[in-house]
Amino acid sequence: MNYLPQIFFLLVVGVAGYILYKRINRIKKNIQMGRPEEREGGSEGFKNMLLVAFGQKKMFKKIIPATFHLFLYVGFIVINLEVLEFVIDGVAGTHRIFAPFLGSIYLVAMNIFEILAFLVVLSCVIFLWRRHVMKLERFKSREMKGWPSLDADIILMVEIVLMAAIFTMNASDQVLQGQHPKYPEVGSFWISSLFVPLFEGISVGTLVVIERVAWWFHIVGILGFAIYVTYSKHLHIFMAFPNTYFAKLKPQGHMDNMDAVTTEVKAMLGTGGDEPPAEDPGVFGAKDINDLTWKNLMDAYSCTECGRCTAECPANLTGKQLSPRKIMMDTRDRMEAVGDSLEKGGKGLEDGKSLLGDYITPEEINACTTCNACVEACPVNINPLDIILQLRRYQAMEESNAPASWNSMFSNVETSFAPWKFPPTDRFKWADSINK
Amino acid sequence: MSETQYKVPLMSEMAAKGEAPEVLFWVGCAGSFDDRYKSVTKAFVKILNRVGISFAVLGDEESCTGDPARRAGNEFLFQMQAMSNIQVLNEYQIKKIVTACPHCFNTIKNEYPDLGGHYEVIHHSTFLQQLINEGKVKLKGGGEFKGKKITYHDSCYLGRANNIYEAPREVLQALDAELVEMKRCRTKGLCCGAGGAQMFKDAEKGNKEINIERTEEALATGADVIAAACPFCMTMMSDGVKNQEKEDSVKVLDLAELIDKYQEES
Repeated sequence: MNYLPQIFFLLVVGVAGYILYKRINRIKKNIQMGRPEEREGGSEGFKNMLLVAFGQKKMFKKIIPATFHLFLYVGFIVINLEVLEFVIDGVAGTHRIFAPFLGSIYLVAMNIFEILAFLVVLSCVIFLWRRHVMKLERFKSREMKGWPSLDADIILMVEIVLMAAIFTMNASDQVLQGQHPKYPEVGSFWISSLFVPLFEGISVGTLVVIERVAWWFHIVGILGFAIYVTYSKHLHIFMAFPNTYFAKLKPQGHMDNMDAVTTEVKAMLGTGGDEPPAEDPGVFGAKDINDLTWKNLMDAYSCTECGRCTAECPANLTGKQLSPRKIMMDTRDRMEAVGDSLEKGGKGLEDGKSLLGDYITPEEINACTTCNACVEACPVNINPLDIILQLRRYQAMEESNAPASWNSMFSNVETSFAPWKFPPTDRFKWADSINK
Repeated sequence: MSETQYKVPLMSEMAAKGEAPEVLFWVGCAGSFDDRYKSVTKAFVKILNRVGISFAVLGDEESCTGDPARRAGNEFLFQMQAMSNIQVLNEYQIKKIVTACPHCFNTIKNEYPDLGGHYEVIHHSTFLQQLINEGKVKLKGGGEFKGKKITYHDSCYLGRANNIYEAPREVLQALDAELVEMKRCRTKGLCCGAGGAQMFKDAEKGNKEINIERTEEALATGADVIAAACPFCMTMMSDGVKNQEKEDSVKVLDLAELIDKYQEES
């Protein structure tokens, strides 16, 4: 018996596994560059994960893309069951090892896989259509130029090609059934049987080569795609789950309290008592990724750049520079750049650049109305607003660089206890005319 | 009407007499100083008077919650404001607060607990809805809005920030008018443009003002009244209606003003 394919298979799986392991560790390390923050998770978080990530609840705010996305999602999960058979076959040197055990159920399962594979192809074609023929606005904004658009096209094309490999494999398999001892007579499959005429009249030897090439292409393709995903916006397929689990459970209107400021304010007011001072934050607000929390960074890795946030953003809708999606993409780009640099022994965070300034401009963060439309729109509970507000804190408290009108508002609050310059003694004057 | 004398009890005076109000009405800066919003404050006080609820206001002892400072990044100033307000509220042993401002509502309800201020906080839309449901506020039928259309503009700090979507609508449905929805409403409601301290500065460069975008949407419903439940939304939508030169045919009114008009004297 020739063990060469099995050895080669193990080698391929091993190399892919090693690369994946390295990449996952890098991503983990990058997320850990964020500062610590308590996140509840718990049963409430688990419920969110089930409803929002597993159940796709928020996707269905837009029914058409949600439906096609559901085909891709179910296809991805179910077709990957077949990959289990691929792996066992690859290691054991068998072909369709589950077929004898499952009997007629095997054919049913294969037909389900094929229907899903067809729906995956259909959905990918429709998504490409939406991007390139319908030219939906949210896929054409400025942050989508170049790599992000190419990334999206690569993902959709690869998925089509991987499904084409399944159909090629199954169609040639059906012709080989009964002609070659290695191919058990499992029967005819619903979708790929349509392609059988293409493979008739080809010699058995050539058919085996075609079937094998398709098989290898599919499994190597899947492994390669898994590695690609870790470099791509497509990472959301995994990150959506922890991200929804750890998503904020407090009302969306709540802003996190800065305990370090509380200590200082209490000291100033002389109401501190004997409380131990909160940990020195080093910096007030966020200038770079290490000032953000690990959850902000996990958010960035969970973003698949669908742009539903930006499409709902009132500032973006009225032509301002702010795009919540860009906030997330910039955070991720910065995180990857710093991570890469550190990996190579470079300067990392000390490269003279920072998230605020070099990636995200004051003009962008200042345009935010904190309306939470982006947070509400995100199908995987990403919170761009939280990042914007931390950058604003840095701008106001460390750089004293808030817009001039905001500085006037600050001094009004400080001296008149209202954002407008009215004498505080006039505060109750409205009541004078209540009976007039 | 002119016979009725409305009272605005001050917390300091009540406390001096050893009395405690059932609820503290947090007026807010806009409710105290903004000419347009003062009439909302007064309308709400009149409703409270007619219902006979024991309430009080802080008067000069009230101060900005700190919301705009916090949203603009000045955490120090926010906490200074918050702590001094909490001190006042705790000294008076306040348990329940009602306010007509969603920004004050959000800050006191969600953010003051982090600094030691724990109160039951209720927005006036929910408060009015409860009074109507309990039969404490009775409305006259007919009137100038009979058969007219009202559209409700969701305030972000009530809606997405605190999941209050139905209370304001239920209040409006109690009126003899037709409630019509804008295309973007509830969770998808479009901001008026003033939140996050935008009220206190000019917008960044763009191709349109947010309040114009929203006003156009409100006007497209054919509504005669745009109902608001927030002082900033009130300003932005009123400016928008003026900009579209529709101020003679379309009114921007707060929920309290609408209820005040149609409340039966009891």
